[in-house]
Amino acid sequence: MLLEKSLEEFLLHQAVSQFIFKEAQLQDDHEYDAWEALWTDDGVYWVPANGMDIDPEKEMSIIYDNRSRIALRIRQFHTGRRFAQEPASGLRRTVSNITVEELEGGEIEACSNAIIFESNLRGEFTWATRNIYRLRRDGVSFKMAKKTVILANNDKALYTLAFLV
Amino acid sequence: MSAQLNLDNLIKSNRVHGSLYSDEDIYREEIEKIWFKTWVYVGHESEVANKNDFIMKSIGPQPVIMVRDKDGEIQLLQNRCPHRGNQVCVREKGNAKSFTCPYHSWTFANTGQLMGQAFPEGYKDHPDADKSGLGLGKVPRVASYRGFVFGSMAEEGPSLEEHLGGAAEMLDRVCLTSPEGEIEITAGFLQHKTRSNWKFLVENETDGYHPAFVHASIFGVADSGIGSLYGDKSTALTRDYGNGHTEVDLRPEFRKFDEPMRWFGTTAEKLPEYTEAMLQAYGEKQGREIMIDGTPHAMIFPNLFIAEIQLFVIQPVAVNETVQHVTALQFKGAPKLNRRMRQQTMGSVGPAGFLLADDSEMYERTQRGVQTRDPEWLFLGRGEQRERRDEDGFRVSHATDETPSRGIWRHYRSLMEA
Repeated sequence: MLLEKSLEEFLLHQAVSQFIFKEAQLQDDHEYDAWEALWTDDGVYWVPANGMDIDPEKEMSIIYDNRSRIALRIRQFHTGRRFAQEPASGLRRTVSNITVEELEGGEIEACSNAIIFESNLRGEFTWATRNIYRLRRDGVSFKMAKKTVILANNDKALYTLAFLV
Repeated sequence: MSAQLNLDNLIKSNRVHGSLYSDEDIYREEIEKIWFKTWVYVGHESEVANKNDFIMKSIGPQPVIMVRDKDGEIQLLQNRCPHRGNQVCVREKGNAKSFTCPYHSWTFANTGQLMGQAFPEGYKDHPDADKSGLGLGKVPRVASYRGFVFGSMAEEGPSLEEHLGGAAEMLDRVCLTSPEGEIEITAGFLQHKTRSNWKFLVENETDGYHPAFVHASIFGVADSGIGSLYGDKSTALTRDYGNGHTEVDLRPEFRKFDEPMRWFGTTAEKLPEYTEAMLQAYGEKQGREIMIDGTPHAMIFPNLFIAEIQLFVIQPVAVNETVQHVTALQFKGAPKLNRRMRQQTMGSVGPAGFLLADDSEMYERTQRGVQTRDPEWLFLGRGEQRERRDEDGFRVSHATDETPSRGIWRHYRSLMEA
């Protein structure tokens, strides 16, 4: 029994990790439509400011997109006139420290750390994030119902962050 | 640099020299002659609503602590222990009756007064250690206009009312859009830095020429009515109030349509509570007029920008680095509208904003651009030939004209040459 449970957890961890790596690659490569397709219809994309325990319904966040605003963000990229991403940033991110927990009701909470290297017209920059995913199963893979990205320096003045973080 | 700076060779009526944005000596002179002299917006009274509340703010590159002291008075304290210069406060905000320097434990009341020193025997009978001379530094002049708190590092100079002049009416209009006649700043700030000189930001805030191009990407996909306000056929105006204060006055466009809440991209029917509260507060006629006109698009020199529903504070931190502190305006007595203003603000501004990320991209490209040697000058003459005076005597011109920039530079020159 114990072994079976461990094996299940191992396989889930493996599958979720692959999903997170895939998402990271789509972001790095500016594959906007494929990235948008990872979202559930009620998806929420949240990048808080000033710590990690603010209430986004009451206080300013760097990004607090509902599903339709995620779509708007993608449509803006596609105009070719989103100047903060024209030319698009060169991006490479490393994702690690993945933990996976199955919640009651079948949703999955996954956490990871990411270090993102960004090269743009201004110069080269490094971002550090804690990512918290709320995932739902979708066939053999998953969809994102919520992604929270906590920048390590979200209480400080930040340069433009116009790529998908 | 000499005290009597002459900018004849750098500022003309419709041209400015590129070095004004990139020269470090000029920047240092600006800090002394503008940021540490004129009235600078610091914060809003609602940010320190209760006695002993404090919040970290700034005047130019320097931090100041805005405090509501134990008597309810607003104080602007300088964050430097008179002993060895340590910062007495490193928290962003809180509630405290006193500040204790962590270095040698000197304690100051939130009025700035020195209350106590650790191991006081060492100062006993010392001729120069009188406590009254060892308090925290204060910003010499503090004044409020309708809850907006300004500070001036100069002991003497024009009053805040004189400084604001005709532009005070723009702050009146901001408050008038609230059913209780007051705004609040309660939603926290985003801090967005940009590798650009502060003046590019100040000028851009009331540049009505760029939105049609820089923001076409979002106007096109968001089904927004904003684009036409800044078109060639717009009836909106740019205005120069003098003293560096400027606006893009969108009221002619909104009055043309005569639809309440169109300025916010919605209708009165969709905001029944707010509409009802406004009509109650101001009566049918004035209430309706206010809801047609909306809030202003106002740049109060040198650092307070009201962008209809947002409040920006512009902070220079180096000749080529500026921080934009931005939050949603909140109207007292309008919770449903406030929520929508927060949502729209988060979409539009800050490091990932649909609008401000692209503005900031232009600031940075411009900063790099002006360091190219030829041509040496920027041409700010747009609309100079069609500029006129309004009934109050202020210069006005078409929404896309550079009347605001020319006004900003006229005032800049008068401060820098003073």
